[in-house]
Amino acid sequence: MSAFVRSQLDGATTVPGPAPGWLVELRQVARQGFEATGVPGPRDEAWKYTQLKALQGRTPTVGDPDAAQRPIDLEKMLLEGLTGPRLVFLNGTFRPEMSRLDALPAGVDLRPLSSVLGSDPETARMTFASSEDEHGVGLVQLNTALAADGVWLKIAAGTVAEQPIHLVFAGADTGADLAWHLRHTITLAPGASATVIEQHVGESAAAQLSNVVESLRLGAGAALRHLRLQESPLSATLVSRSTVQLDADAVFESVALELGAGLSRRDMRVRLEGAGARLDARGATALRGRQHTDAHYEVRHIARDTSCDIRWRGIADERARAVFGGTIVVEVGADGSDAKLSNKNLLLSPHAEIDTRPVLEIFADEVKAAHGATVGRLDDNALFYLRSRGVPEVQARTMLTYAFCADALAAVEPESLRAQLGARLAAHLPQQHEVDA
Amino acid sequence: MLTISNLHVRVAGKEILTGLSLEVAAGEVHAIMGPNGAGKSTLGNVLAGREGYEVTAGSVVYQGEDLLALPPEQRAAKGVFLAFQYPVEIPGVNNTYFLRAALNAQRRARGEAELDSMQFLKRVRETLRVLHISDELLHRAVNEGFSGGEKKRNEIFQMAVLEPQLAILDETDSGLDIDALKLVADGVNKLRDPARAFIVITHYQRLLDYIVPDRVHVLADGRIVQSGDKDLALKLEEQGYAWIRERQLAGAA
Repeated sequence: MSAFVRSQLDGATTVPGPAPGWLVELRQVARQGFEATGVPGPRDEAWKYTQLKALQGRTPTVGDPDAAQRPIDLEKMLLEGLTGPRLVFLNGTFRPEMSRLDALPAGVDLRPLSSVLGSDPETARMTFASSEDEHGVGLVQLNTALAADGVWLKIAAGTVAEQPIHLVFAGADTGADLAWHLRHTITLAPGASATVIEQHVGESAAAQLSNVVESLRLGAGAALRHLRLQESPLSATLVSRSTVQLDADAVFESVALELGAGLSRRDMRVRLEGAGARLDARGATALRGRQHTDAHYEVRHIARDTSCDIRWRGIADERARAVFGGTIVVEVGADGSDAKLSNKNLLLSPHAEIDTRPVLEIFADEVKAAHGATVGRLDDNALFYLRSRGVPEVQARTMLTYAFCADALAAVEPESLRAQLGARLAAHLPQQHEVDA
Repeated sequence: MLTISNLHVRVAGKEILTGLSLEVAAGEVHAIMGPNGAGKSTLGNVLAGREGYEVTAGSVVYQGEDLLALPPEQRAAKGVFLAFQYPVEIPGVNNTYFLRAALNAQRRARGEAELDSMQFLKRVRETLRVLHISDELLHRAVNEGFSGGEKKRNEIFQMAVLEPQLAILDETDSGLDIDALKLVADGVNKLRDPARAFIVITHYQRLLDYIVPDRVHVLADGRIVQSGDKDLALKLEEQGYAWIRERQLAGAA
């Protein structure tokens, strides 16, 4: 058993908050499961390019007892212009005074999971039910054993939530290695529509681990626009696993910018269960130093006439490493499906590394499918073209690098939000220079 | 304005220019003609500063300065412009944004005030009007998905906005139909100015019906083998480049 596993199991005895009997039982099973499974290792194919060796040797404390009082200057980190509902977690702990839960629009139920467990634990049962194939996943087991809080968002049938719902996950230095485990549930009932903005920020010199398990369910005809801006401090290790289920004609539009954290692994498992369901996922990662991100998509076309379009851009400079895994499975019976997957990467340093693995498995008929992955450098012809017009080399490189991944933001509305994201992306690029979004 | 003396250039180990000399004064239009493989595009690229061209001998003096010592962006700031034979598509970079960044970078380098977006747009609209170009190209990414004609038009548009001192047009006429050709020629003619010089590189005489050159040079085997006035272009059109070859052989004998 690694030092890490031991440290978390010791922490399992101190899960805060109320717990109904079924949850206590579930945690006990999960705890034993995690003890046997541990964290993914070198033989785990899905983690081939993201080794957690460093994590194995760490012994983070579970939870920050002072999180409720810990000061943090959030305003300078948050996206501007978001005045709607907001839920803030600091070091994995809900911060009511930083959140904005008063005057929630009709049909929008936004709460911390801890509150649901306290008042109405039965409704949270679904949240902790993990799917069959996740039973053996160590980090999910660990999460089940320890998660006592998270996001609880439900949008009632037919409700159109006008203002974006802002979910903030902040890390603040406790002076020691810290771990938290959060469990999120986002449910859109049939015909509901909402925008969720998930933002990861923080300031911590000490190492931190965030281990998230998330379940998203979109009822028939529901539409969720989901934006993730990840700018965690370099001391952060982020691991998250999201399962998204889409009923008929539901639409999930996802945009992700992975800019921060020393190590970030994000698994998106999307199940297109209803006919006509659609996934549109765009994202980009821009890394330097020794940063490492791993974006993993696994999309299952289960019903007919479902579609997915995944576009991921990776930029790695210095000694950074950008990993992408994209698997699309078109199951028997998912006829008429349309699957697109594109992963393009820019390698800016001889010491950086890109690993990409696109996989298509098709078991249905009349399927349209396309996938492609490239790794390259900046185009010398384009660079010379810009310079020949008078653009200095450094600026020209920045323009081309930015252009390479700006596609990820093309569909973001409103323009003011797109501009902020563009500026933050530009600030993370190897050569910094003002860029119009 | 420009003095090229005995220029020798190697590309990938092969000598392409073999002692090219050329003198261009302000206000003049020089046409450079020649068969494929003579080194015409190499000349344009060397003047603009593309990497991969090794100058083994000779010099290029532009406005009293060693042009070859400058990086491409400084040449641009000093007024050198190359209209590309194959303009590059740059997805994700907006044409207007790019051109403003280029113009302001040049102005910064020259110690001039940068143009704000209002001033810049005014200049752009005026240029579009004069050149009879639709403003549709402003909203697109640089050359992305442009037809051959649109790309060449965009080159002329950029040239007009950047107002260079020395403009080099590298086979800007190739692949153009007659209407697009006239538009390109019209753009050049409107920019003709006593303070501005043009080097028009072309394979065919056709463009020179519309841009009447002061001097015509024939480039063959890496150097200028014949110079004359505009009638030389007509003669080349009639007799073909084989005629030059024969004259060279006769001269050698």
